[in-house]
Amino acid sequence: MVFVGSDDQLTVPTAVKIVIAGGFGTGKTTMVASVSEIPPLRTEELLTEAGVHVDDLAGIEGKDTTTVALDFGRITINTKVVLYLFGTPGQNRFWFMWDELATGAIGAVVLVDTRRLDSSFPSIDFFEHRGIPFIVAVNCFDGSQLYTVDEVRHALDLDEAIPVMLCDARDRESSKAVLVGLIQHSMNRLEAAV
Amino acid sequence: MTAREDWWYDEAAGPLVRPYAMVRGRTRPNAPHLHLVTQVRASSFTSDQTSLTVEHREIMALCARPLSVAEVAAYLDVPLIVVKVLLSDLIERGDVIVQNSSPHIPDRDLLQAVLDGVRGI
Ligand SMILES: Nc1nc2c(ncn2[C@@H]2O[C@H](COP(=O)(O)OP(=O)(O)OP(=O)(O)O)[C@@H](O)[C@H]2O)c(=O)[nH]1
Ligand SMILES: [Mg+2]
Repeated sequence: MVFVGSDDQLTVPTAVKIVIAGGFGTGKTTMVASVSEIPPLRTEELLTEAGVHVDDLAGIEGKDTTTVALDFGRITINTKVVLYLFGTPGQNRFWFMWDELATGAIGAVVLVDTRRLDSSFPSIDFFEHRGIPFIVAVNCFDGSQLYTVDEVRHALDLDEAIPVMLCDARDRESSKAVLVGLIQHSMNRLEAAV
Repeated sequence: MTAREDWWYDEAAGPLVRPYAMVRGRTRPNAPHLHLVTQVRASSFTSDQTSLTVEHREIMALCARPLSVAEVAAYLDVPLIVVKVLLSDLIERGDVIVQNSSPHIPDRDLLQAVLDGVRGI
């Protein structure tokens, strides 16, 4: 006998996401890759040549378009929950993408390279202004551990409440520790808000 | 170069012809709540699939297990907007079921589960 289950027997997991942000070349894709259970995937949004987001294909047939790519990875938490990690697009001009990424996110890791601190300013501003929980992770590129956590905090003019961690984005355990730090920070924020 | 890149570049007709043809003139998804991480899955109800395009069938095969919209787009190697249109068709037919919540901030229990999960990997 063939048993055909009803549709409501099929469930889908709850999906949650974390955003890995930061300036150009700060190690976002590297961090996604070091903790993801699958090699990072890449998905593309369509833009017109003028950089406008295409959410309707009408009238653009044959027109020149360009794409903005997102790298992402996946961690299956259990049968009911799956976590996605999204690296933000390198170029900061695609803010519409950031909005979609940030909506409903657990929070964000802002990666910084101490040799180019300023490249991560726009990421910090973005999450600060939208009230999205974030932590700062200093990616310790070889020989660039020139600053202490306090010096980085000062240089970035960060609130005392924002955790700052040192990490090596290539290292799985180190990247895991950063994610744990972010989730704990989000939980603290949630409790403080009650 | 992936095998799929030839879908994209049609020298004579311009870069968008293939994806546009794939959605058969449909231009926007009917299912407005398809976000990057929205979970989709093939339903156990199997309709007559003869009228489905190759791309639709490929989605059905991928979604034998639950996947996010972003994963389907990545595996199919088509832009998100195109995969959203194709998924809308399948949802309308009842071939694909979809998580019907919009992204919301996780509550404490969910955060705790994620924390335990990440620690355990
Ligand atoms: N030494 C060292 N190199 C690193 C580390 N993290 C990343 N890299 C290297 O730095 C380069 C940039 O890393 P990516 O992960 O591509 O950086 P990204 O932030 O994704 O870059 P964009 O997407 O282009 O903005 C790569 O060549 C990495 O191999 C690190 O912790 N230490
Ligand atoms: Mg990258």
